[in-house]
Amino acid sequence: MTRNISSDDVAALAAGAAIFGTGGGGAVTTSQFGVADALSKHGPVRLRTVEELTDDDMVIVMAGIGAPTVGIEMLPSAEQPETLLREAERVAGRRITAVMATEIGGTNGVGPVGWAAQLGLDVLDADGMGRAFPEATMVAMNVAGVPRDTTVLSDVVGNVIVMRTVDATWLERHVRAFSVASGSLCLGASLLDAKDVPGAVIEGTVSRAIEVGHAMLEAEEPVHALARTLRADVLINGKIIDVSRRTEGGFVRGSVTISGTGTERDRLLRVELQNENLVVLEDGEILVSVPDLVTLVDSETGHAISTELLRFGQRVSVLAWACDPLWRTERGLDIAGPRAFGYDIDYVPFEAGAISRPSTEQNEEPSTSGANA
Amino acid sequence: MKAEIVSTEPRSPDHGDLSLGVDVGGTNTDAVVLDASNRVIAHTKQPTTDDVTGGIRAAIAAVLETLGDRRGEVARVMMGTTHATNAIVGRRGLGRVAVIRLGAPAATGFPPLTGWPQDLRDSVLAGSAVLPGGHMVDGMPISPLDPRAVKDFLSGLEQPVDAVAVCGIFSPSFPEQEARVGEIVREHLGQDTPVSLSQDIGAIGLLERENATVLNAALYGIARGVADALLTVVEEQDLTDAAVYFAQNDGTLMALDFAARFPVLTIGSGPANSIRGAAFLSGAENAIVIDVGGTTSDLGVVVGGFPRESTLPREIGGVRTNFRMPDVLSIGVGGGTHVDTQTGRVGPGSVGHRLQTAALTFGGETATLTDAVVHAGHDTAIANEWSLDVPQDVGRVLEAALGRAHEWLQESVERLSHGKLDMPLVVVGGGAFLVPAELPGAGTVLRPEHGDVANAVGAAMSLVGGRAQEIGTYEDRDEAVAKASRAAVERAIEAGADPLRVEVVDILETPISYSAQQTVRVSVKAAGPLARLGSKNPTPA
Repeated sequence: MTRNISSDDVAALAAGAAIFGTGGGGAVTTSQFGVADALSKHGPVRLRTVEELTDDDMVIVMAGIGAPTVGIEMLPSAEQPETLLREAERVAGRRITAVMATEIGGTNGVGPVGWAAQLGLDVLDADGMGRAFPEATMVAMNVAGVPRDTTVLSDVVGNVIVMRTVDATWLERHVRAFSVASGSLCLGASLLDAKDVPGAVIEGTVSRAIEVGHAMLEAEEPVHALARTLRADVLINGKIIDVSRRTEGGFVRGSVTISGTGTERDRLLRVELQNENLVVLEDGEILVSVPDLVTLVDSETGHAISTELLRFGQRVSVLAWACDPLWRTERGLDIAGPRAFGYDIDYVPFEAGAISRPSTEQNEEPSTSGANA
Repeated sequence: MKAEIVSTEPRSPDHGDLSLGVDVGGTNTDAVVLDASNRVIAHTKQPTTDDVTGGIRAAIAAVLETLGDRRGEVARVMMGTTHATNAIVGRRGLGRVAVIRLGAPAATGFPPLTGWPQDLRDSVLAGSAVLPGGHMVDGMPISPLDPRAVKDFLSGLEQPVDAVAVCGIFSPSFPEQEARVGEIVREHLGQDTPVSLSQDIGAIGLLERENATVLNAALYGIARGVADALLTVVEEQDLTDAAVYFAQNDGTLMALDFAARFPVLTIGSGPANSIRGAAFLSGAENAIVIDVGGTTSDLGVVVGGFPRESTLPREIGGVRTNFRMPDVLSIGVGGGTHVDTQTGRVGPGSVGHRLQTAALTFGGETATLTDAVVHAGHDTAIANEWSLDVPQDVGRVLEAALGRAHEWLQESVERLSHGKLDMPLVVVGGGAFLVPAELPGAGTVLRPEHGDVANAVGAAMSLVGGRAQEIGTYEDRDEAVAKASRAAVERAIEAGADPLRVEVVDILETPISYSAQQTVRVSVKAAGPLARLGSKNPTPA
């Protein structure tokens, strides 16, 4: 089913993308402004499903790459997407028809809609992660073994570089070097032939982010609405009693401890985080592990709280839900399982409703979710 | 506060060392006078007038009356005001601003004032341009500054402007370029043209800093008006020897000429003064403060004598900004909060200032939390003075409602306490009796004398502070902290702090991921007591 993304969807897309950011992926506000602006200038963009692609289609997979703290200060150039597209088409030797987000989580899930509007391209209802991850290797295309040997990068000044890399690991290394030279911020686009798309992307994620965002923004009980729409469990409602953070190898690492409130007063949950929330522990037991998704949201508004904004005393609810099956394959877990992030633990698949626990609602009728078959 | 023993002996008057604090709120204009040891020796509450000057005049006249012969000893007048906030929220009296962003070709995707409410944008924006300039995070220029382009933009403006706002990419770390553009603007539009530079206003975060810079530029006229109103009264009352200060949003003060340049910094000073004043009156350096009014309770935290700042972006009148604001939590628990005797629902409605006529206790028809306290009959002034006869079922509803209100208060205190159970809870405001003698999650409950004018007290005894930020690599972290500290100290002194007593009071560090070199952002705040009259050093450039 073809549908359009209009100005009315931007706030929902941004809120939803922040939820799929699992704590990382950068603040969505700035790109939300940009997309709203682009859609009002250029009109709605067409959202196409993977099935709707034909052999004539050529996709570019786009993402902003860099430090989120730089991203809020050095904003992109208006010409950057155009520059990238021109160069990508020159390298590909054919017309490009659709934009796909590298990651749906965070600002990179929002920006591509605006870039597509500006470039007159369609948006593919899919992305490369189904969430946010920190490295270029951690994409579905890499799991599926689809070569992404051609990547175009541009910086805010107008420098453009075309990279032909032998594999995703080298791509990650060279992208990082270019990003640093570009002031820790650049825009990247990889070529993806339409025939390679099926099975090599996470499908339906753009419409899902919009759906989740609408559900949250329009609900009286946003956390409840999120859990329902995401088919997620609310692991705990509580408040943050400790945040510890340190920087290792260029990445933020740390943990956040949440103490239950209300009927969950005696519970303590710890979330291990790097740029994203990665592992959830309770009483030494692993409740959730990457690549399954964990997002901390404001208990009142349901808005996702990114890892750099976590602080003492915040009232949060912890949501967890299952990742796309592609990530649960052997290669998927090699690339983005707990060990890929340096945790010496085995992946424990998370299924919403499979863990029995006290009601997660406060002053409400007993939860109807969480039925343990 | 270190245990300071207040002498009970009569003190010899400290000539010329009284501080007069004024707080102009939406309903009341309060004034207090503190002596050299910060004791309240005069206080008043007067209605706020539409012209503002009238309320200030009445309040200052009232405390000076109390002072009698000692009125000549007033050395300082400190003012807290919500004018800037009200002007933005009400879109009244704002100046027209030309906005120059430096950084093209970067940041050309989002024009200045992106995301502003249309009506506010229309009343403020006189024209904008994104021009060459700006820096990358490592100091590499994005593009060279083009003075010609700045002049062309200014010449092309279709109407006269009241002020100019300049915001360069990474200007908080690399400030020279904005300053150069400021010079060009004054050369071109006249030396008196007010210019607002973003490096003086906010932290990293281009759009939020730019927004605050534009708001600051739009508020120059308002700031002059309020300053003139205060100065008029100061002159009328023959207080011309007194130094005049404004309170800013983090509970510190700024000199009048500084306030005139940075009016946006007065936004949020009301809650900051209330938090600081209440903590000071109670003698606690670290405390949770709760101001219980008729409609809401506002809670804040004071750490080392300063209100704790919020780390989340704040919206003012629909505009996102990132300037410093106290971390305030407001909940719908006040003396006038409705209790529905049918459903037992508590709030969110309130009888507000009609409490004295509308509440059951005072012969009205509406059950309120005040009635619940009177009904409970615990040892509070209001319960001792009044009584309430209600049917048993209504009584039960009132008891449950008070229990619910106490739970909300307890949850809010827990939320702010960071798990520190021994932080004292300082209770001020007209509805203070709603807070029980003991609240789980809080330490000692303190109810200081003069708590009803805590915000004016806060204005009168604030310190003077300044903040600065730096980004540096991990290896250069110490140097970044030192550089930011020097800048913060300079800013505090510029704002009127005593150069001999100013010190660094807060250092925030944020690691920046993704870059090959590990980088850290440090934000330093310095503060000190006001420079004593007669010893004020020349302000450093």
